[in-house]
Amino acid sequence: MNTQAEKPRMPDEVGVPDPFPYMHPLMRSNYGNWAWHDRPRPGVLHHVSKSGDEIWTVRAGTQRQMDVFTIRKLCDIGDQFAEGHVRFTTRSNIEYMVSKEEMVAPLVAKLEGEGFPVGGTGASVSMISHTQGWLHCDIPGTDASGVVKSLMDVLYDEFVQEKMPNRVRITTSCCQINCGGQGDIAVNVQYTKPPRINHDLVANVCERPAVVARCPVAAIRPAMVNGKPSLEVDEKKCVACGACYPPCPPMQINGKEETRIAIWVGGKHSNARSKPTFHKLAVANLPNNPPHWPEVAAIVRKIVSTYKKDAKHWERMGEWIERIGWNRFFEKTGMAFTKHHLDTWTGARKTMNMSAHVHF
Amino acid sequence: MKDESTDKGQHNTPMLDELEGGKWPSFVTGLKRLRDNQDAKYAPMMNDLLGQLEHSYEERLGFWKGGTVSVLGYGGGIIPRFSEVADKFPASKEFHTLRVMPPAGFHYSTDLLRQMCDIWEEHGSGLIAFHGQSGDIMFQGTTTEGTQKAFDALNEIGFDLGGAGPALRTAMSCVGHARCEQSCYDEVRAHRTMINAFLDEMHRPSLPYKFKFKFSGCGNDCVNAIHRADFAVIGTWRDDIKIDQEKVKEHVAEVGRKYTIDTVVSMCPTRAISLNDDDTLEIDNQSCVRCMHCINVMTKALSPGDDKGVSILIGGKRSLKVGDLMGTMIVPFMKLESDEDFEKLEEFGETVIEFFAENALEHERIGETIDRIGLPAFIEAVGVDPDPNMVNHPRTSSYVRTDDFDEEAEKWFARKAAEAQISAE
Repeated sequence: MNTQAEKPRMPDEVGVPDPFPYMHPLMRSNYGNWAWHDRPRPGVLHHVSKSGDEIWTVRAGTQRQMDVFTIRKLCDIGDQFAEGHVRFTTRSNIEYMVSKEEMVAPLVAKLEGEGFPVGGTGASVSMISHTQGWLHCDIPGTDASGVVKSLMDVLYDEFVQEKMPNRVRITTSCCQINCGGQGDIAVNVQYTKPPRINHDLVANVCERPAVVARCPVAAIRPAMVNGKPSLEVDEKKCVACGACYPPCPPMQINGKEETRIAIWVGGKHSNARSKPTFHKLAVANLPNNPPHWPEVAAIVRKIVSTYKKDAKHWERMGEWIERIGWNRFFEKTGMAFTKHHLDTWTGARKTMNMSAHVHF
Repeated sequence: MKDESTDKGQHNTPMLDELEGGKWPSFVTGLKRLRDNQDAKYAPMMNDLLGQLEHSYEERLGFWKGGTVSVLGYGGGIIPRFSEVADKFPASKEFHTLRVMPPAGFHYSTDLLRQMCDIWEEHGSGLIAFHGQSGDIMFQGTTTEGTQKAFDALNEIGFDLGGAGPALRTAMSCVGHARCEQSCYDEVRAHRTMINAFLDEMHRPSLPYKFKFKFSGCGNDCVNAIHRADFAVIGTWRDDIKIDQEKVKEHVAEVGRKYTIDTVVSMCPTRAISLNDDDTLEIDNQSCVRCMHCINVMTKALSPGDDKGVSILIGGKRSLKVGDLMGTMIVPFMKLESDEDFEKLEEFGETVIEFFAENALEHERIGETIDRIGLPAFIEAVGVDPDPNMVNHPRTSSYVRTDDFDEEAEKWFARKAAEAQISAE
């Protein structure tokens, strides 16, 4: 008897769960059969099927890192004001689907009353994509949750209305690996100093050849330091990328003052109009200043408001800058263009202007 | 916010308290609700977690280190976290995350979410993120012991661990067919077919480095596949864009002719659209690149064609180590409707993963491998013929041996003849 109870449980390797049992019934019955959509108001989508069925979606922002009480509150709202089916967007917004138009207004009012902003659709600033930061990451330079909260407080009005030229996708990343991904605006940690090495620990903690191999500029070499096998960094070569830190934690790349923030602009995932683009450096060396990161927030706000005022409808951030030119972008946003904006990495030549086209 | 915390042995968190103001929902308020749920097992853990986080805000440094924690039978899927300041904050000494794969397309019933909350209150911290950047549900914060219990309970309700480390990673798919008229293939089926075929590579990490699939139903690429996936599957179509000319006229009447020209005609990347004098649209479908812009603007008048399928781009990744790479177009078009089509996609996925496993260097993403060996060697290895859609333009460097050019050209003409034969039939 006991042998059965003591027998360890092996995983049931089920893989990606089937979503159909959880999907709103109208989405299930009209799967692959939708005809068109419109947006009756910011935060609300209305989809019409070829069968004539209609479904309304109400989208609301969340804090992503949610306690069970918040999730249960969102579920209560879903049971009382919607039809018990939700989904999440890639930017951690929650979506409630309902089959009747008259359910939309009370649902919106309830969400807003409970502190969940309704918006994030169309030409809005949607929720900022989110990394883990000090809350849970093992190599973080900053706290994404805090940066996101601070920025979304500042950009709240642009989330709940659709008054931008096109959608604005902002990302945050707590190290230069950039887990937050590409964005119209990216707020990323930028290290400024070579790693500080604890030579007492390297030999025991790090697989030294792997660390040497990880360096993109071949600045790390094995060395004996104080009689112990360790690693040393050629600080003239080092680009302070932090790539050695994850495989070798004794090579501390972060520091209270040394870890800074850079802001990047003009990244775009979509293929609409122009091809997808990477974001480009706007400004570096901003202080990593919790709990509100005011220097970062001021610049993000300036970029967003300049874009809002100046871009044409449907132009994404990068397309707007391409039209007005980088000259004008730096001028209008009041930021400096420096030698550090000239790319030096693989493929750098392709980023140069090899023509007589000049913006004045 | 007034803090009476010291009375109850709670850590003061003056900096985090600042993040409870403002209109956006506050994660700090949520963390405090967990801390203040005094009956719960996790309350002391969340108190010390808040203490450690406040300590990070003061010192501007992180204090977690990794380690090795896994569940029985699997080698990945848990993100172990051990505190480096456990002497000050002992209750959150172990704070591991379970990466759990969500239903494809991120659909949930409230009932399911409640079950997940109950499990995580029983075995973890009560803190859950929907979702991580790879697309996992992140059950954040449990002990090594709680890890197995939480997994067992989640596995019992039909959920499985996602990927971590040098392995196949959790995938993402857009809402697609479930609620989007622009969707060009069955994303749920593609997502589940591919990941579930290669689960061994996810649960028992043995690849050179991570490998990610992402599935977007059209070129709007709502799950950011081209930038972020090693294997991006993007919906497209081969025939003409569908136009409802009456709806075009209604759109023009509503927003005006100039606005229509400025926002639709002038923004077409290949100058393939013009507005006729009678306010109908003319589209040069051979010049159209399926970018989705005009369809995004005129959602009632325009829609993708009927001969739908997918494009596959391979090699997207971020900086480390050769620099950013986007996926390169490898398969410009593949039908994805019949069982055979899905089998073909699965076979191609297997070929690419096998190529990656055998040829990539340690810690090298497939985009870097392609960069290192060159696209001709890669497509030959995975059995794909060269196609002009793979490039922005042909090579500009003359440093290449072309003594077999005629044989290669013959292959092209033979393929073209075969294609002509098929379309004639």
